[in-house]
Amino acid sequence: MHRSIESLIRDAETTGRSLPQVVLDAETDETGTSAEQVRARIGRTLEVMRAAIAEGLKGEARSPSGLTGGRARLLHEGGAQILGPRVTLTLARAIATLEVNAAMGLIVAAPTAGAAGVLPAVLISVGEFMEADDERLTDAMLVAGGVGGVIAHRASLAGAEGGCQAETGTAAAMASGAVTWLSGGSHAQIQTAVALTLQGMLGLICDPIGGLVEIPCIYRNASAAMQAVAGAEMALAGLDFPV
Amino acid sequence: MVSLFDILGPTMVGPSSSHTAGACRLGLMARAILGDTPERATVRLHGSFAATGEGHGTHRAIVGGLVGLPPDDLRLRNAYEEAERAGLSWEFETVDLGPEAHPNTALLEVERGPERTLVRGASVGGGRVRVDEVDGFAVDLEGDYHTLVLLAHDEPGTIAAVTAILAGHGVNLATMRVDRTGRYKDALMTIEADEPVSDSAMAAVRSFPWLRWARRIDKIS
Repeated sequence: MHRSIESLIRDAETTGRSLPQVVLDAETDETGTSAEQVRARIGRTLEVMRAAIAEGLKGEARSPSGLTGGRARLLHEGGAQILGPRVTLTLARAIATLEVNAAMGLIVAAPTAGAAGVLPAVLISVGEFMEADDERLTDAMLVAGGVGGVIAHRASLAGAEGGCQAETGTAAAMASGAVTWLSGGSHAQIQTAVALTLQGMLGLICDPIGGLVEIPCIYRNASAAMQAVAGAEMALAGLDFPV
Repeated sequence: MVSLFDILGPTMVGPSSSHTAGACRLGLMARAILGDTPERATVRLHGSFAATGEGHGTHRAIVGGLVGLPPDDLRLRNAYEEAERAGLSWEFETVDLGPEAHPNTALLEVERGPERTLVRGASVGGGRVRVDEVDGFAVDLEGDYHTLVLLAHDEPGTIAAVTAILAGHGVNLATMRVDRTGRYKDALMTIEADEPVSDSAMAAVRSFPWLRWARRIDKIS
């Protein structure tokens, strides 16, 4: 995997490959698996993500602690839609995955289980709004994986070691990079989206005060989903880091 | 070596990649190092593992891993029943390994008949684990490769002999670490490979007079 966003982008620009292709080639080179196998596995991963969201929105799952279950459905069906249905749906989907996770259901730990709600909620929702097909979603997942790999290499993904910023922060940065790419953003904009999203979440500690990765985790995933969209939105308009 | 699917995955049973999936994989590692499902296990949890262990399903995940349940197996939810069915008796304790130890570190002491081994490892995030000690010897195992760990008397030709056997059995090496405690004292080898080490290869390795101890550890899911 790449060790910096710069090297990811440099590889893409010096060889004329797309960012997803650079990430895909790094994976196939390092593991010896074929591009088809990697893309197929990402497809299966997307299916698990969709299934977890669907199960969570049904609201039947309950966590062993009894603290969570049903809130995603409550938001999905009764949200005030202050910013319209899209935001409400994205928030509900982020909570849905975390409620399934807390109930020891099947989820995709991208990059970790504690932050498993962010990437699916943002990518699947934005993908729907843009009517992106699974091929482009798979490409966007590759961008997300590339970003997450850089952060994993340079920092940490463990909440116990790096705080919530290492989990939901990384997940939001991955999602932000992915949807910026999906929206046709330039390499510089993708880089900025990741940075803008991360800087909005630095300092977040891992402070579980209730249940199995539940409180505040299910809500942190929803807020992180919004951070990701904010980062992408600002970067796609050309807002940057003058420093 | 972080792979794409360590980031976009693993697909797993929640709630925590460090405290559930990683914990489960530590159990799988101890089982793989022992060579089979243990009959008895004493697990000592340190730091964050000890503090939030029960709350994150860590105990159930480790017990599930000890009896071979992978991180994406929904039976992890009732791992205790699965373990009783597999004949495992276990107990958990907390331990303080000091500030240097990774917050998610566990000591897994496992037994099966006469076989016994002590494994020290940590769940380092995203479901990844790192075993850094086996029976007191320093190793660095993440479960991604079929591994051969062995202790020999330090003398000329031991490395050549072992690698010749592996080559003869078509085992392609990924990484190899060698170390010794002193001249003509203990020499430790940790070899990670793409293929499993077969019974016949192990028998050949065990036949050397200078060999003190050897363990074959299969890749875990």
